[in-house]
Amino acid sequence: MGTPLLSVENVTVSFNGFNALDGMSLHLMPTSIRVLIGPNGAGKSTLLDTIIGHVRPSAGRVVFKGHEITRMDEYKIVRRGICRKFQAPGILDNLTVAENLNLAARRHRECWRSFSVGLNKEVRAQVERVLTLVGLNDRKHALAGQLSHGQKQWLEIGMVVASDAELLLLDEPAAGMSHDESAQTAALIRELAKQHSLLVIDHDMAFVDQLDAPVSVMHMGRMLREGTLEEIRNDPQIAAVYLGRVKEVSVA
Amino acid sequence: MKKWSALSLDIVLLAALALAPLYLSAYHLSLLGRFLALAVLSLGISVIWGWGGILSLGQGVFWGLGAYVLAMHLKLTGLAPGDLPDFMMWSGLDHLPAWWKIFEHPAVAIAGVVVIPTIAGGLLAWLVFNRRVSGVYFSLLTQALALAFSTLLISQQAYTGGFNGLTDFSTILGHPMIDPGFQRNIYWITLGVLVLASIACRWLTHTAFGRVLVAIRDGESRVRFLGYHPAAYKTIAFAFGAMLAGISGALYVVHVGVISPAMVGVIPSIEMVIAVAVGGRSSLTGVVLGTLLVNFGKDWISSAMPEMWQLAMGALFILVVTALPQGLAGIPGLVEKLVLWSKGKREAKMADQPAIALVEKD
Amino acid sequence: MGHAAIIAGQGFNGVSLASILLLTALGLALSFGLMNVINMAHGEMLMVGGYLSFLATKMVHGPLAFPFALLLSFAGAALLGALLEVTVIRWLYGRPLDTLLATWGVSLILQQAARSLFGAIGVEVVAPHWLEGSVSIEHGLLAGLSMPYVRIFIILLTVAVLGLLMVFIARTRWGLYLRAVHQDREMAQALGVNTRWVDLVVFSMGTGVAGLAGAALALIAPVTPTVGQSYVVYAFLVVIVGGLGSLFGTTLAALLVGLFSAGVQMFTSISLADVWLLVLVILFIQFRPKGIIYQRSRAMKEA
Repeated sequence: MGTPLLSVENVTVSFNGFNALDGMSLHLMPTSIRVLIGPNGAGKSTLLDTIIGHVRPSAGRVVFKGHEITRMDEYKIVRRGICRKFQAPGILDNLTVAENLNLAARRHRECWRSFSVGLNKEVRAQVERVLTLVGLNDRKHALAGQLSHGQKQWLEIGMVVASDAELLLLDEPAAGMSHDESAQTAALIRELAKQHSLLVIDHDMAFVDQLDAPVSVMHMGRMLREGTLEEIRNDPQIAAVYLGRVKEVSVA
Repeated sequence: MKKWSALSLDIVLLAALALAPLYLSAYHLSLLGRFLALAVLSLGISVIWGWGGILSLGQGVFWGLGAYVLAMHLKLTGLAPGDLPDFMMWSGLDHLPAWWKIFEHPAVAIAGVVVIPTIAGGLLAWLVFNRRVSGVYFSLLTQALALAFSTLLISQQAYTGGFNGLTDFSTILGHPMIDPGFQRNIYWITLGVLVLASIACRWLTHTAFGRVLVAIRDGESRVRFLGYHPAAYKTIAFAFGAMLAGISGALYVVHVGVISPAMVGVIPSIEMVIAVAVGGRSSLTGVVLGTLLVNFGKDWISSAMPEMWQLAMGALFILVVTALPQGLAGIPGLVEKLVLWSKGKREAKMADQPAIALVEKD
Repeated sequence: MGHAAIIAGQGFNGVSLASILLLTALGLALSFGLMNVINMAHGEMLMVGGYLSFLATKMVHGPLAFPFALLLSFAGAALLGALLEVTVIRWLYGRPLDTLLATWGVSLILQQAARSLFGAIGVEVVAPHWLEGSVSIEHGLLAGLSMPYVRIFIILLTVAVLGLLMVFIARTRWGLYLRAVHQDREMAQALGVNTRWVDLVVFSMGTGVAGLAGAALALIAPVTPTVGQSYVVYAFLVVIVGGLGSLFGTTLAALLVGLFSAGVQMFTSISLADVWLLVLVILFIQFRPKGIIYQRSRAMKEA
């Protein structure tokens, strides 16, 4: 056991008196995948919001690479090496695919270092690498807004990868994808885990199965159980939590 | 191909402006000169609005700061040593305030013209954008600023000349200002500043800074989650726009020889925006043309039928925003689209439109 | 007149200013919360209300003149607002800055129209007999304090409008629609709420209330083509301070702005009060960038 890359310790977040996170804890090792599942409103997205600094917790702390990042601004957290893909594709529709990636791949994001024309070699190489990785090489100069839904998802994953973050937070990366597309996405994520750590939210158990990674189940803003997908499936308490979703879990 | 035609338009425009003293009457040349001074301001609005998506309804404030600083200098150089400007004496002041005195030196005045609006604009932008207040809120705040600025100028009669503002300048850097040769020289200087400002804007919008600015306009939070600090970019852009506004104001004062609160308030500030909207908010050539067109139009209409100008301006606002959001600069694109559409090639062309497709998006 | 009376007098003026600001800002805040749209011609609704009330008192005489003026100014401004929504605002949905400019164009046209019809110099509306005079305090701590009936009437009118609006939002079917659309437009649409009608009704109601504000204002000041402009900028500040679409927040903000302006005027000139007000608002957003009242909802959370 080394030191975790990311530790979420007893984090509580409340919106207007409702605790979206209620003493949530999670530890993530370098170069690993962790899948977060749980019924709607379990606090999965809020957890990602908290890690990235979009939501400030009222109690608890978040530690990344040994430094507390609990109350830092989003952009500073990102510069430390965490990047997030949103549920609804957060790409810039009016920029081309390559331009979207350029933006993510730039090493110097401080304002005063942005007064140069053109891209440096490193960034260019990174963009090419990511284009190949996510399979968008032939759509390089297309406007991002004109991609198909699956391609948009990949572009955003590509942006997160291009940012060279050590920790990637992926919120439903396979949502709305066809069966084949989602299989490709799972393969991509497993490939990424060789160099990055990934925290993945998804509902689709077939997809989760393909990731072949430990699963954390959240419920009512808390960690309910951690284990392999197999263990989770056979846990009666979890089936109870999902209520209507019992079927989905067991079928998958 | 497209790049070349745009460049050739720039060259034709520049040639036409450079040769203007040869074919324009003294009256029209002086009009053109003051409108070119305003075009410097329009370039700044274009960068902050067209690229940054920030709509300022208070550019008159920064323009006015530049104008008043230079006007103070001109007022002081026209005085005998130890004298006070007339309005100060009428208001019972017996000595020159220190913050007037410093602008007696031309270098300080020129530095003030550039630096004061920049700092004022940067400070306002930072205070607002850093708290993530933007969009419509920012526009409304800038409008309130324009109102407060003009009422402040009017009320501080003893220091600002009140409602009448500052006027009756005689010389600038030792040159008499009514001399026809001087009028011509000031035209050249204005054109030169405009060219420099235009080059600066072109450079800025082609740097990574310009790209990030467009990205912030289209998806501020996405850009923030890529590790950029949007407020910093927007503040720099706004301060740059304020700087161009200040320079423009100072040039304008030299052209018209007067500055008053009525020239910097809410209405003038919005007139500055309409000129940019007509030209095309994200076309640097377009906004220069738009500024000339709107201001010559205003001059023509308000001398022929004074009451019509306001109606015309109102109609222009509605028309441009609803029918032609990219202004004059959008017309070639529209024509092209129409031609392509009639040829049935619309689909093919859609794939490689320019990166900066400039319709507002929130 | 003692200090206490002066302070109470300015407080009273502040509340009466706040009333007009609130009547003006209510429509702005409602439609901004609902449609994310700021109507720059909102001040002209005030102006239209003022002129309509002037016309009404010319047409009708006797005790019914003033109620008729209020009714006409509300209905006229509401109708004009509906027209504006249908012809301009609806087409610019999702482009708030462009809406700002287009409605500014409308405002310029309305101002010029008023100037052509009524002249640049203001017209006066004569207050009905029962609003003449004032409550004067002769003795005690507040001796010398005088509160004109018209201003008291304006404050009461505002309270009444606010109360009706609260009942409308909390109790009626349209109010329910309004709350639903405000919370989640797409979901409301999916549930069969005709969001276009909701937008239209709320917008035109807001302009109607601004028309009322104009009629109220006409009682204490002449109606000029630019009367709206001078109030609407403060109403915008009220919206900024009040936060998105909250009646309570808007009310509190209007009181804050009104009392602050009146308070500062005790120490400095009106023009400096403007500057200080702006400084206050900019300081305020350092602490509460989303306004006094800000409901954090899941829909807003998603970046």
